Amino acid sequence: MSEFTYLFRGRQIPSSPEQRQKHLEKWVAWFQDLGSRGHLKNPGHPLEDTGKVVNGQQKTVKDGPFAEAKDVVAGFIVVAADDLAHAVELSKGCPILEVGGSVEIRPVQIMNL
Amino acid sequence: MTEPSDHLFRHESGRMVAALTRIFGFHNLALAEDVVQEAFCRATEVWAFRGVPENPSAWLMATAKNCALDTLRRERTARSYAPELGRLLESEWTLAPVIEEAFAPNAIKNDLLRMMFSCCHPQLAEEAQVALILHILCGFSVDEIASALVSTHAAIEKRITRGKKTLAKSKKLFDVTAPAEFSLRLPAVHTALYLLFNEGYHGANPEFAVRSDLCREAMRLTAVLLEHPLCATPGTNALAALMCLHAARLPARIDAFGNLSSLSDQDRSVWDQQLIAEGISLLARAAKGSELSEYHIEAAIASVHANARGIDDTDWAKIVSLYDSLMTIRASPIVALNRAIAIAQRDGPDRGIEEIQAITDRDRLRSYPFYWAALGEFELRSKRYETAHGHFRSALAVARNDAERHFFSQRASSARQNAVALSYYEPEA
Repeated sequence: MSEFTYLFRGRQIPSSPEQRQKHLEKWVAWFQDLGSRGHLKNPGHPLEDTGKVVNGQQKTVKDGPFAEAKDVVAGFIVVAADDLAHAVELSKGCPILEVGGSVEIRPVQIMNL
Repeated sequence: MTEPSDHLFRHESGRMVAALTRIFGFHNLALAEDVVQEAFCRATEVWAFRGVPENPSAWLMATAKNCALDTLRRERTARSYAPELGRLLESEWTLAPVIEEAFAPNAIKNDLLRMMFSCCHPQLAEEAQVALILHILCGFSVDEIASALVSTHAAIEKRITRGKKTLAKSKKLFDVTAPAEFSLRLPAVHTALYLLFNEGYHGANPEFAVRSDLCREAMRLTAVLLEHPLCATPGTNALAALMCLHAARLPARIDAFGNLSSLSDQDRSVWDQQLIAEGISLLARAAKGSELSEYHIEAAIASVHANARGIDDTDWAKIVSLYDSLMTIRASPIVALNRAIAIAQRDGPDRGIEEIQAITDRDRLRSYPFYWAALGEFELRSKRYETAHGHFRSALAVARNDAERHFFSQRASSARQNAVALSYYEPEA
């Protein structure tokens, strides 16, 4: 088993309370499914849309991230999977894909000393 | 991890908007809606990752409260809020306690009532009142209302925007402590809730013949009325009884194949006995006092059906006399049609046809499929199968959804088969 970080981007949560609740229920079910099959290594965190960006030698501090809404990372989790292909398969159940978002899958580098 | 209960977001949306509007004032309804959206956003994000908390309502309320405090601090000078709270919101000393109080459970109950009565503003048409109640108190989106009320997105949006403007102009919120104001506006609130329930029960929705979610919302709001001493009048009890007794039959209105089922064919064993019992006891409470409203009579009619084992076991004489009373309170071609159907059950199909022919404004029923269906049934029972077939075809032509179309086309072909069968036995006829 290897570890993979899923980065979620560009969720557009539906505006009607009923649709929102339906959407939430899908997330809860997806997490439960990943967890019950032993794939959810770390449930990660949702992230606020705004924050600060510290940059370069000057350590300039700016408000940010000022990326397009669809490019802002909205949260992350860590998943355990056999290989990258498996991790890709597991990500296809993510409800963010139904609302115009994306999942980026990045293998976690493990230091074997 | 728990699952949020059904429609939690919808219901909490109404409660939160009502509470926030009390603080922000009606002219800031849009701000209240924004704050609620933000609270939902946070909930959806955090709950998706962390699971649904033990008490999701309390979590949402606390989040809305914090968002409200943030907004008030940020925009303290940029806007004016509810005039009766204005000064208290200006000082940090009073701000937090005022918000805390506004979100106490009892305060929220009053806020829901205040919002319900405010939506039934006399300057608004009944359909605008219903749309506003669905939008503000039941958390339905414009699209969901358009689909429930068989309208377009643009039409509903216009209705809601205009409605909100009217509400924003009324400087004073509806006063929930003044008995006189309650009794003046209570009939309008009854009508709006009655329309909401009926839309669910007899709705013209093209997809679903029955929208039980609309019925449920109407019943939920009627229950809020019943909890308030000034609103729990005999009329409110009668309205609640009527809803319970009709809702009890909902499971049987659609058969196992998803088709509409007429009262005579319904499987009465699936009627909800608990709702029937509740309806009967509400009707008993409604009888206290001298008030006799249309809701009393409609509930009484529903209770006669609920107490009968079958269509032949029904006290049709009693139903006819109840329809006679209803005609004196609220005469309409549809009430007259239902009276004619009851008379046909009591005195035979030919009497029913006579009664239908005697209805004033009968022309207004021509676009109502069950008018043709009633004529069809009477002719069928009188063995005039060809005529019956024609009536069912007319019903089919004005049917409003697939369930109705399926139902009438079955009745039409059944009449046709009888007509064919008859022609074999009586070739001269």
